[in-house]
Amino acid sequence: MKLSGWGRFPRVESRLVTARDQDDAVRAVAGGGPLIARGNGRAYGDAAIGPRTTLSLLGMDRMLGFDPDSGVLTCEAGVLLRDILGVFVPRGWFPPVTPGTKMVTVGGMIAADVHGKNHHAAGSFGDHVDSLDLLLADGRVVTCGPNRAPELFAATRGGMGLTGVILRASFRLIPVETGYIRQETLRADDLAGIMAMFEDSAGWTYSVAWIDCLAKGPRMGRSLLFRGEHARLDELPAAARARPLDVTLRRARTVPFDVPAIALNRLSVGAFNALYWRLGTPREELIDYDRFFYPLDSLLEWNRIYGRPGFTQYQCVLPLSTSADGLRALLSAIGAAGNASFLAVLKLFGRQDGLMSFPMEGYTLALDFPASTATLGLLLDLDAIVADHGGRLYLAKDARMGAALLRRGYPGLDGFQALRAAHGLAAVFRSVQSERLGL
Amino acid sequence: MTAVSTGSVLILGAASDMGRAIARRYAEAGRALILAARTPERLETDAADLRLRFKADVRTAAFDALDTAGHAAFLDGLGALPDTVVCVVGLLGDQGKSQRDAAVARRVIDTNLTGPASILGEAANRMEARGSGTIIGVSSVAGERGRASNYVYGAAKAGLTAFLSGLRNRLSRAGVQVITVKPGFVRTRMTEGMALPGALTAEPDEVARAVLAAQATGRDVIYVRPVWRLIMLVIRSLPEAVFKRTKL
Repeated sequence: MKLSGWGRFPRVESRLVTARDQDDAVRAVAGGGPLIARGNGRAYGDAAIGPRTTLSLLGMDRMLGFDPDSGVLTCEAGVLLRDILGVFVPRGWFPPVTPGTKMVTVGGMIAADVHGKNHHAAGSFGDHVDSLDLLLADGRVVTCGPNRAPELFAATRGGMGLTGVILRASFRLIPVETGYIRQETLRADDLAGIMAMFEDSAGWTYSVAWIDCLAKGPRMGRSLLFRGEHARLDELPAAARARPLDVTLRRARTVPFDVPAIALNRLSVGAFNALYWRLGTPREELIDYDRFFYPLDSLLEWNRIYGRPGFTQYQCVLPLSTSADGLRALLSAIGAAGNASFLAVLKLFGRQDGLMSFPMEGYTLALDFPASTATLGLLLDLDAIVADHGGRLYLAKDARMGAALLRRGYPGLDGFQALRAAHGLAAVFRSVQSERLGL
Repeated sequence: MTAVSTGSVLILGAASDMGRAIARRYAEAGRALILAARTPERLETDAADLRLRFKADVRTAAFDALDTAGHAAFLDGLGALPDTVVCVVGLLGDQGKSQRDAAVARRVIDTNLTGPASILGEAANRMEARGSGTIIGVSSVAGERGRASNYVYGAAKAGLTAFLSGLRNRLSRAGVQVITVKPGFVRTRMTEGMALPGALTAEPDEVARAVLAAQATGRDVIYVRPVWRLIMLVIRSLPEAVFKRTKL
């Protein structure tokens, strides 16, 4: 069947097999591949599409054990983050790191070593994994973690499934007193302003900015910064204090604008961005975690707003030392091309080690573009800027970069490839993305 | 009108995709569960999941639908008779192999009809004596008309549908509810690799929700996706002279 990622581009023919238990996965791998494991299909591009076979882990979605003393949850790789939130927020626990959608699996979060709005404070998801069970090409299942087979573990977090099939994992949840976030909104007039704001916000657990990437001249880089903390019980209004972890009361939400109605052209997006920025008056408020972390999940299938051709997301990170110049160059290129990016998100990462993990200390910019020839041309220009500034692209979102950019941006690549070769993984675990990138 | 049940639920064929989905929904509804399958060890991860997610009271049991001689003892061995028994046991089989090998055909018939009829019959007798309970049998739209491509499976399901219908007729005055579920296409291990029409294909969780809703509202026969009622009406209505030339 034709498979695609969340961006609906590209679509590739692949045989989809579902693993309901370890035996299924072993059988699929024994077929010799090439195959790649797939979670809930939220990688934007071709990372979770097998060149011949794609092994869905959605059938392995059992929670196996939880230790309330340590907060360690053990579950199968196909468990959705949504389900973890649904079960554990009411009990006072929260994922240590969460991406901007809860429709992802645990295995996918490890394979992409996802980051959240707290990267500067908490690192990426892999930093909170105690151990995982990995199915190798020869059918062996190896338990690895920071203290056990650490090389295999280091390559597996962020390894995009190319080191084997993640079957199970144990990771630490964090305790929370409420299901609410105390959010502050700040407005920055330009790029220097938002960068200063991020640095001032280092003491906040969560921070992220929405950036108007069509604003030019002195307004270039104007942004809204959102920063947040898990609200303490005593910070809730009296009415909510009786059931501080129950946020289901606020299920019904509307989006502040009708996304499908907005034609995605420079004028409409430019007008929207200007309005959004203007409405972002500095304020402080309490919002439930769902609205803070997953605003887009309430728009089911929002990827359809880009229509049949699909879209691509471009997320890069630049080292701290080159971020100011690099961001200016990126925003200039985007503004000049006039290629409307609907969603542009800016975030300051903290330090990060890891063979293939995406984050590094510096700024990351994420942009959505409709998949079109004009976009692809612009993205090549952005690639050059990213490469010149020592940055790299996020593999979970990539659908089109070239091998050269990957090589320049990921210094751990040789070690990663050597490990794949040493364990006989390279021939069996392959994705359409890994073949495109010569991995 | 049937009161909403609160007692324990026995799920026969609990390792299947539909069985797992049904177990989750009942656990979510706060019901105690007995998960039964041939190899109960394989149910342990599901049991752990239900305990963790829903704080459910779950145990597992070994059950072989083909071992009809052991069915009475199986039920008696559970201790208290469950409030609700759901039978999801089934085997699609391979029509070609069934045509060539009578033993294969027999296995399809036994798994879909003989075994379920045996265990549900035993449960029915006990529920009748108690004067309460619900029996839910998962049959199939394939039982409504024999088709060249799967008539051995279809014949067995036709038998099960008739069995459940008779059971309902017999027990309606005894306070025992009998529900026949006809899921249509469902995305499960049984249908993996088949090209299924999206609009007609249900997820296992849809079946589960339909089962719980049917029990709560006292329905007798349910199609999981309503469109199937219409489709099967048309298929049943075709004159045999026409039907025999079709490739359905």
